[in-house]
Amino acid sequence: MNAIEARDLSKWFGEGQARTTAVQNVAFDARFQEMLFIVGPSGSGKTTLLSMISGILRPNQGTVKIREQDIWGLPADKLADMRLNTVGFVFQDYHLFPKLTTVENVAVPLILKRRQWDQAIKEALQALERVGLTPRANLPPQKLSGGEQQRVAIARAIVSKPEILVFDEPTASLDGDTGRKIVEFVKREILNAQRCILIVTHDDRIFEFADRMIRMEDGRIVNIEKGQGHA
Amino acid sequence: MTGILKIAYRLLVNDRGKFAALLLGVTFSVFLMVQQTSMFAGMMRKASATVTNTGAKVWVMDRAVTNVASSIPMPDFMQDAARSLKGVKFAVPFYSGVGLARLQDGTYQAVSIIGLDDSSLFGRPELVEGNIEDIYAENGFVVVRDVEFSKLQSPKLGTSFEINDNRGVIVGIAKVPASGLFGIPTLYTTFSRAIQYIPSLRSTVSYILIEPSSADAIPGIKSEVNRLGYDALTQDEFIARIADFYKYHTGMGTNILIMTAISFIVGLSISAQTFYTFVLENLDKFGALKAMGAKGRELVYMLLFQAGITAVAGYGLGLGLCAVLIAAARLRVPDYASVITFGNLGLAFGMVLAIAAISSYIAVRRVLRIEPFDIFRG
Repeated sequence: MNAIEARDLSKWFGEGQARTTAVQNVAFDARFQEMLFIVGPSGSGKTTLLSMISGILRPNQGTVKIREQDIWGLPADKLADMRLNTVGFVFQDYHLFPKLTTVENVAVPLILKRRQWDQAIKEALQALERVGLTPRANLPPQKLSGGEQQRVAIARAIVSKPEILVFDEPTASLDGDTGRKIVEFVKREILNAQRCILIVTHDDRIFEFADRMIRMEDGRIVNIEKGQGHA
Repeated sequence: MTGILKIAYRLLVNDRGKFAALLLGVTFSVFLMVQQTSMFAGMMRKASATVTNTGAKVWVMDRAVTNVASSIPMPDFMQDAARSLKGVKFAVPFYSGVGLARLQDGTYQAVSIIGLDDSSLFGRPELVEGNIEDIYAENGFVVVRDVEFSKLQSPKLGTSFEINDNRGVIVGIAKVPASGLFGIPTLYTTFSRAIQYIPSLRSTVSYILIEPSSADAIPGIKSEVNRLGYDALTQDEFIARIADFYKYHTGMGTNILIMTAISFIVGLSISAQTFYTFVLENLDKFGALKAMGAKGRELVYMLLFQAGITAVAGYGLGLGLCAVLIAAARLRVPDYASVITFGNLGLAFGMVLAIAAISSYIAVRRVLRIEPFDIFRG
């Protein structure tokens, strides 16, 4: 079973002469235990595609199935539940709450899943341990370095054990070495047989970790190729 | 749900600058609203001091009487008519007027003079010095020891003065629950002496005080008095009439209303603007929460909770500040006319809730409009 099946996906913004097509007739599959990169120049539709796949931007056309379930056929509340239970997000700017401690930030998805506060903090500490940030648990995120904040965002994304992890430009705010280390860590420690990781990037320094790469240009897939990280 | 509210709480209180600004806005607003309305309530209490101090259940008066100080004398026969009404246990005359007292050093001081029914002394104050029987002695007056007492040069038992070239002697010193609005001392004497000392019209009875045989008899008494062309009001009704007079016929009520409205607008402006800024600064975080799977209603609960916390905390602080101010003012002015009533509290609480509701409504609209996709796009 594929983790994700995208078929005939299209998204456009505006109407009439102002209409801009961001993604056009895109189709691909993503598998479990696969790190799939979506690459391409700025404006090629990578982020729009990622948003449609992860259930936060409704396509104008086409379907997205996660574990064979058509996510865009779900009502709004069920779709939100699907995101909460199935998808973990690592945003480009992390979007950590500066007024919460690191461990509280990591616990947020569990809190949204109605976990008891103490239990959520306990599990968040375990997730922080996985990314090697236990000593930083009670600091506010702004006291951490960029790489550490990225790892906090990863801990937050994996804390509820989602099957799909999506990374939006994970190295954009990091220096080259730190960026490589982060993606290497994700590949080594986070990817597993029950998980599929999608990474949107145009940073070719991390292409070596991709199992497959989807190349996009002008909203279309121009190539799907095996990556250097393919076992 | 409690976890989400805990997050909301931490987001709010950990942003100390914003939280302080929000609290300041609501606190200031509540302080002004309660201060204004409590001042009004205090003045109303003082304006009705004679009514509450006397304690009569039913007051008979001319229909044109708007407040206790502007009594319109009634003919003596009204007293007999009142006594003969069904359900009346007793009815006594009551005099309320203002005189000019010449003190021992030759200075003059306006005084409020209350004339009590000679036989019963119904409505008499509680004495702290002297004997009430001495009020029947020649020229006997009882003075009220309140904040105005010193204006009569703090008289003692036996101190004499003059009213309209009539000699008066202090035979008792009394205390009353509330002192009057106009800042003049109060003297009690008998009804007959009061009308003898103070220039009067042909009719002399300011009010007739009725003690009904039972509470059930009051409607009948009112109706009968009304048939005679006068008004019979219960104590509460009379107090309400006095309050209405000051509210609607003196401009006092309008001014208080305007000040209260301004306080509300100031509080609303500060709070709504600060809360909106707080939400704008966290908008990307709310968007991230939405992307992660938070439902719109959960974000609404968070915002309402934050607004509610601010409102309740600001309400408490504002109230406390007002109470401290009133207490401090009373150290300097013991009879400071300000009293916090349940009505004030309820009004201020309602207005604070309105501030919270309007502030959060603007914020909720903004948060519900944010698309998680915007977070991805940065």
